[in-house]
This record gives sequence, structure tokens and C-alpha cells, in this order.
Amino acid sequence: MHGDLTRRLAGAFAMICAAGAAWAEEIGDADRGKEVFDYCSGCHEVGKGARNGIGPHLNGIFGRPAASVAGDYRYSEGLERAAADGLVWHLDTLDAYLENPKALVTGTRMSFDGLEDPQERADVLAYLRQFSADPQDIPEADPTARKSEVELPASVLEIVGDPAYGEYLSSECTTCHQRDGSDEGIPSIVGWPEEDFVVAMHAYKQKLRPHPVMQMMASRLTDEEIAALAAYFKEFE
Amino acid sequence: MSLNRRTFIGSGAAAAAMLSAPRVMGQAKARVVVIGGGAGGATAARYLAKDSKGAIDVTLVEPTRKYYTCFFSNLYIGGFRELSSIGHTYGTLASDYGINVVHDWADAIDRDAKTVTLAGGAVLPYDRLILSPGIDFVEGSVPGWDVSAQNRMPHAYKAGTQTELLKAQVEAMPEGGLYAMVAPPNPYRCPPGPYERVSMVAHLLKEINPTAKILIADPKPKFSKMALFQEGWRKHYAGMIEWLGPDFGGGNVRVDPAEMTLDIDGAVENVDVCNVIPAQKAGRICEMAGITKGNWAPVVPQTMQSRMDENIHVLGDSTDQGDMPKSGFSANSQAKVAAMAIRGALTGARVFPPKFTNTCWSLIDTNDGVKVGASYEATEEKIAKVDGFISQTGEDAALRKKTYEESLGWYAGITEDMFG
Repeated sequence: MHGDLTRRLAGAFAMICAAGAAWAEEIGDADRGKEVFDYCSGCHEVGKGARNGIGPHLNGIFGRPAASVAGDYRYSEGLERAAADGLVWHLDTLDAYLENPKALVTGTRMSFDGLEDPQERADVLAYLRQFSADPQDIPEADPTARKSEVELPASVLEIVGDPAYGEYLSSECTTCHQRDGSDEGIPSIVGWPEEDFVVAMHAYKQKLRPHPVMQMMASRLTDEEIAALAAYFKEFE
Repeated sequence: MSLNRRTFIGSGAAAAAMLSAPRVMGQAKARVVVIGGGAGGATAARYLAKDSKGAIDVTLVEPTRKYYTCFFSNLYIGGFRELSSIGHTYGTLASDYGINVVHDWADAIDRDAKTVTLAGGAVLPYDRLILSPGIDFVEGSVPGWDVSAQNRMPHAYKAGTQTELLKAQVEAMPEGGLYAMVAPPNPYRCPPGPYERVSMVAHLLKEINPTAKILIADPKPKFSKMALFQEGWRKHYAGMIEWLGPDFGGGNVRVDPAEMTLDIDGAVENVDVCNVIPAQKAGRICEMAGITKGNWAPVVPQTMQSRMDENIHVLGDSTDQGDMPKSGFSANSQAKVAAMAIRGALTGARVFPPKFTNTCWSLIDTNDGVKVGASYEATEEKIAKVDGFISQTGEDAALRKKTYEESLGWYAGITEDMFG
């Protein structure tokens, strides 16, 4: 269980910390990505003539603000909220979303558990990248290659949170987030899986997940404090 | 058994260790008295009772049986909330948390005997006292106005009947009439409050009396979220609102409640409604306890203890603490720090580094919400700002709507955090 969690987190952290390395590589293998897209094609269309279905079409997804496909597509409250906070689909945010949709966008209707394998995500994103604006024509478009990943040290991932400290820290959360799990205007944080919680908080801390209040709150939490909160909320009912 | 609780506490760390040991039958419990049942006091009482799990005897003294939050009271004026939706009672704090809720006024504090005397005559002994009385007004700060004029010229800066009165006066304004506000000097409760108030009055007038005008006389050259409010006023209420800062005499006013006039720098205006928000100071009980310096009660940032009496903690609007604005959110945040420090001192509970936060949402018009916020830390000298954010001018309607909806979620969250 713990090993599995650590591995999943390692993927998430690698994704979160993708900024700031020295060399670039292709996003992934677009041909293999076409096969991975089979997971997605039940709900999403992409390519010439693609239309909205159960999910919105994915043409031009790179560089597109979340929840912004024109027409009659009805997005979930969660995606609308993330969009209002400024979520834009780039390589890093798409990667985070595919890795664990609910950890990036609370309340999304995308009923997909996520692609655990970073390579599968890279491949499918390389495939999807072909259906967005071509950087040769538009210099400011999203790149087709990305910078190399930086892994967080295992020591950060292995921190055992102190639930008593987490309980004290949680009192800052409950000024806005209701204990009874209501999610009017502000998402619920009751009953979150521990790993989703840690991923979400680090995503705010790295300013990958948008929202100014949460970015501020997360920015001053240490790795120990995030672990403490996760340990507390794991037990929270 | 006549064990003297206070000498027990006085012996410091050894006492704390003993207290956290299994309790002896009949041993007196540590006693905390909280004066004021708002965002600071109710939160502190609830966290003390909840987290000490019965080890601390908590008494909450609050004169009103139904407490109306100042935050969101402007939304009632604008027609976005019912008054009943911002009224809260103390039943859950009494029944579910075992807090002794006493509806009475605190009349006197004896710091040597460590007792509070209530107007009804009861004497409450304490080991620690929390004062969270909110604000009182500085007498003479608006020439011509005193509290006896508050029915002619309401302040509506303590929510409830004053808020109802102000709204009723706005609704009764003659067609094309004039609503005037005398805005307060810094520091005061809820920095964006007067300007959200103006926005909500404008919203109401636009519906029922669109040719009416609003005039603000302000002693401050700038105010909270100024660019956001002014942008919103131009957009939603063009031509309706005039703001006069100190350069235009806004700081040199006199009112005549009998004549219903407002004199701004010598120019006398007849007004139909005059909302006078005077200069403010710590709640009177702080002054009576002798823990104020100037208008406010200075506190130690790490624990919210009075700098003049280590057995008294002060929360919220009454404090002089540093960079935090006087807001319900701030008081709630400070209350949790104080509750932790008190539990540490009285029961030997673990004490963690204090953290403070504030966010203030304001509504400008339907679905046009803005916010400002910051995080803070305790330094030796003061509660100091670490990091902050503010809504931007020119934001799109979807974001503003989300910001407003977020404020609704926050209201539900903080009131649950206060009242259980």
C-alpha cells in the first residue's frame, strides 16, 4: 500500500516539478499515443471533424483555457471553477490532469482513474499535440518537446505526517471548507484520499494548480506540514 | 477538597505535566472566560471546548441571544440575503460542546482577583480571560454625531437592528434623494466594508430609485480595493456615486442629525439618509480592564496575550497586533492561535507555530465579487504580512461570479467554525 502510494506520488511529483531543467526532449511517441487514446475515445473525439460527445472534442486543446470549447458542451462545476481560477491546458497541466483528474480538478465529471505510467501520458499527449496549433507557424504556441523532468528526493515522499499537527493546521482550512462536506462555492475537503490531498497541495505550492488563495496557503506549508495535513484528513470524517 | 487552582497553574511546567496526567476525582478544572461571542470569541470558545475534551471549563459571555454577523450584513442591504440568514444562536455551542453560554454584559474585570463581574451580578473566576468585544466608537470623531443620534443617522457598523434601520431608510428615500456616508479614518473594522456598503445601497437604489445619488465623505486619500470598487461603480452605477476624499474636504465634516444636514468643508447638503461610520476603538471592556494603549489593546503576536496582562488574551477588532486587517476572518484565525496557546498553558497540550490568514470578499453588484487576502506570521514585534493577493481590475464575469460563489461557501464555513 505504502509502496504503491510512493510510486504514484513519485509520478505526480515528477510531473509537478517538470520546470527548470537544462535540455529538451520530444514529449513522447505519437504513434504509441494513438493506441493509448483508445482509453479516451469512448468520450472524446479528436482530428478533422471532431465533435463534442460525452466529453468535449480535443482539437486545439494545447493552450486552450479549461472549459472553453464553444457550443453547447456543459462542463462540470469543478471544471468551470478551475477555469475561472485560470486553468489553461498546457503540457504540464494536461499531464497532471491525465495522471489523476480529480486531484487537479475537484469535482470533474471525467470518470477516468488516470494514467499511472508517465510514458503513456507522454505518448498520448504527443499524439494530441498534433491536433493543436503548430509552433512552426505560431511562435508562442505550446512546444512539441518538453524539458527534462526533475525527481523529488525520496525523503520528501517518505515523510510520515503527524496527525496532531495536521489537526491544528486544519483549523486554517475549515474557515472556508465546511466540515460537513458541503461544497457550495468552495470545494469539499472531507473524505479525500491521502495521496490526492498531497498531490493537490504540492500542485498549489508549485503554482501548477490555479487559485490565488490556495496557492498562498500551500506556499507556506512545508513538506512536513503537507504530510501532517494529509495524515489528519485521512482520518477526518 | 479546597485545592487552589491558581497556585497550581502558577507553578509552570511541572503543573502542566501534572495536569495532563490522569485527573484526580474532584480536582478543579481550568477555567477560561470568553467575553464576546463573535468571530473571535465564539471560535475561541468552540476550539477550547472541542480540543480540550472537557479538561477546560469554558464560559462564553455574550449579551445577545441572536448574533448577527457584520460580514454579509451589507448583502442584506443589497437584497442578496435575508436578515435571518445572518443571525446565529449559541445553542450548539452549549449542547454539543458543553460551553456555559451566559447572555449578559461584562461589567468589570478584577485582574488581581482574576474575576469578571456581570451586569446581572454574577462573578466569574478565570485562569485565562479572552476579550473579543469588537469595536466601540470614538466620541466626538464626527462633530455633531453621538450614539444618541444613531437612529437618525445610523452607523450600521454593528449588525442587527442598525442594519435593518439603515435599509428601511434607504427604501424610504424620496425619488432622486441623497444618501450620504461619512466614512471612517483608519484603522477600523472591515476595511472594504464602507465601500461594499455603498455598492449594495447603489444596487438597491438602482432597482427602486434609480435617480437617487450617493455621496461619500472620506478622510482617507485611498481605501481598500479602491481600483476595484471604482471600476465597478463606473460599470454598474454610472453617475450615481460621488466620492470626496480629503483633497475635496471629505475629512472636514460636521453633521446635524436634527436638521438632517451634512456639512463638507463648509458646504451644507440636505441629506435623506446619513450613514455615519465614526472613528473606532477597542470594545469598552478592554479600556475598563486597563489593557489598552491609545485606542487599541496591544498583544503578543505568538499567543494573542495582552502585553499588559499575561492572563488575558485579546482577539479581533480590539487588538493592536500589526498587519492584519480588522475582519471576522482575522478574528477567527487569531482565535485558533490563542486557543492553542491557552490549552498549552493550562493543560500541557502541544503547541505548534502560530499561523494567521485573512481573506475579505466584497460584492459590488450581482455576481460581481472581488477578494483580497494575505498570510501572516508572528514576529517579536507584530503579526507581519508574508504573502498576499488581490482581485484584478478587468477580470471576466465568470471569474467574478466564482469569486462571489466562493464567498458564499466561506460564509457557510466560517459560521460553522464559529457556532458549530
